[in-house]
Amino acid sequence: MQVAPPTDPAVLPEGGEVISQGSVGKQIYRTFLENKLAILGLGFVIVITLFSFVGPLVYHTDQISTNLLNTNLAPGPGGPLGSDQNGYDILGRLMAGGQVSLEISFAVALVATTVGSLYGAIAGFFGGWLDTIMMRVVDIGLSVPLIFLFILMSTIFRPSKLLLIGLLAGLAWLGPARLIRGETLSLRTREYVQAVRAMGGGPRRIVVRHIIPNAIGTIVVNATFQVADAILILALLEYLGFSLPAPTATWGGMLSGGTTFLQDGYWWQVYPVLILIILAVVSFNFIGDALRDSLDVRLHKR
Amino acid sequence: MIGFIVRRIGQAIIVLLGLTLLVFVMEHLLPGNIARAIIGPRATGPEIAAFNRANDLDRSVLYQYAHYLNQLIHGNLGFSYTLNRSVWNVLKAEVPRDLLLVGTSIALAVLIAVPVGVSQAVKRNGLVDYAATSVSFLLYSMPSFALGLILIQVFAIQFAILPPEAPQSAGVLGLLAHPSGFVLPVATLTLSVYALFSRYMRSSAIDALAQDYIRTARAKGLPEHLVLWRHLVRNSLVPIATLVGLSLPAVFTFGLVVEQLFNFPGVGLQYFTSATQTDYPTMLGITLLVGVATVAGSLLADLAYAALDPRVRFS
Repeated sequence: MQVAPPTDPAVLPEGGEVISQGSVGKQIYRTFLENKLAILGLGFVIVITLFSFVGPLVYHTDQISTNLLNTNLAPGPGGPLGSDQNGYDILGRLMAGGQVSLEISFAVALVATTVGSLYGAIAGFFGGWLDTIMMRVVDIGLSVPLIFLFILMSTIFRPSKLLLIGLLAGLAWLGPARLIRGETLSLRTREYVQAVRAMGGGPRRIVVRHIIPNAIGTIVVNATFQVADAILILALLEYLGFSLPAPTATWGGMLSGGTTFLQDGYWWQVYPVLILIILAVVSFNFIGDALRDSLDVRLHKR
Repeated sequence: MIGFIVRRIGQAIIVLLGLTLLVFVMEHLLPGNIARAIIGPRATGPEIAAFNRANDLDRSVLYQYAHYLNQLIHGNLGFSYTLNRSVWNVLKAEVPRDLLLVGTSIALAVLIAVPVGVSQAVKRNGLVDYAATSVSFLLYSMPSFALGLILIQVFAIQFAILPPEAPQSAGVLGLLAHPSGFVLPVATLTLSVYALFSRYMRSSAIDALAQDYIRTARAKGLPEHLVLWRHLVRNSLVPIATLVGLSLPAVFTFGLVVEQLFNFPGVGLQYFTSATQTDYPTMLGITLLVGVATVAGSLLADLAYAALDPRVRFS
């Protein structure tokens, strides 16, 4: 075997090579400095997280016992955003609902991305019949519209936080699995993977230490979009009646509860939570788009 | 090319088999058992045993799956005990109305997304581009039921110019006879689907705009509107074929919500009704139907892509 002559690093990037732009962390940092929308998105995600988790410490409300004397109050001195049909203070409920909705969405994104990435990397790395079988399983999963499955599940199970996370993640991992498998197909032919192989590195080491870290850009971008999607699907599930038992607050539950009073003009039960959902989803999308622009090596080449 | 088609169809058949297996497994995972779901919670042991024997439920699981597949091939999707009709009959009545709703909405969404996407690509970072991007982001980030409810609030309650409910006629022609009731459901579904398409449409038009054939067309002195129409729009339509095929699951999900929201008589609404009555045969039949439609959609999309784009060569 011939020893390759030392090459000038500046000449290296060609074909499918990655242009070195510093570590992933640095790239992400630079993205946020350059992209105004991403800053806006990140800023809002931080604000909304503080609002949901720190807010209740400052703004105390009772979100457990109903108060039937104070139902459907318009915004005023009693509560800055009024109250809902159970007498819960809306502002406080937005915080409590944010906690649950964000917790579930983050958990779904984390589980789905981890499982999906590993699954896709394994399928792509080993290839052959294992890949064929594993990817057909993904195809089958993607061919069942998930809402139909959820409604079926809702007639069988009683929803809990863990169950919701499991169900949502159980369907959300299919996307990253397919994505990372495609990425792995190109990564596994790279020299550094072959070098590890030549040095006797096992498949486990290659997948966990080399393929996954090199696909981290795609993985992080996908996780960002997963959070946004989870917030939306969660809201949809609540509307379809697959909701957490009372008195747990969620944004989706508040929105679908509020919409029944749309005709009565109780706007404060609909629009604040709707705007919050939209802003949260938009923010995560802004962050994801910006990250994709900076981490996607295919875009760098253009 | 022929090899690709054969392989792709083979893949679709495998996925379909997996789908039937999934539905079959779900049917057997149902709480209690099938007999209890059908003859009721007060059924006695001997009654359940008799039911199981009569319906081959005491045979091996493998036999039951083979039996189920055999029934499917003969068009027997099971029997709805709450509607007292075969599932096939139920679906036969619902599907044409769904095709009308979903078909109209997809067509409208494409008709809007293509010209908007092209004009966004041509004047990138212009006023139109920012406006269209903002609108599609807003639509995309809104739960689809909220979008429908806002449309109802504005057009049916505030201004009272459109009915808040879909026409309840049995046939497709009956639906068309009351076009005003059809407007809001179609508008909601169209906007949701448009939000899905528009983002891809813009980037695919931008990609197409950077191609050599656009430069060639401009260089030979073709007027700009002909460059756009003959070269850009036509070539941007190719990814739309794939996009429509791949977004079918999402479209069906939106469709389900729209049907529930506007009381639109279709498969989705039937699914809800069946869910409240724990009518599992109907629910599983519909799940299977939607799955088959999805698989067929992505198969057609791949074939259309290969047929439309002569550059695509499959090895």
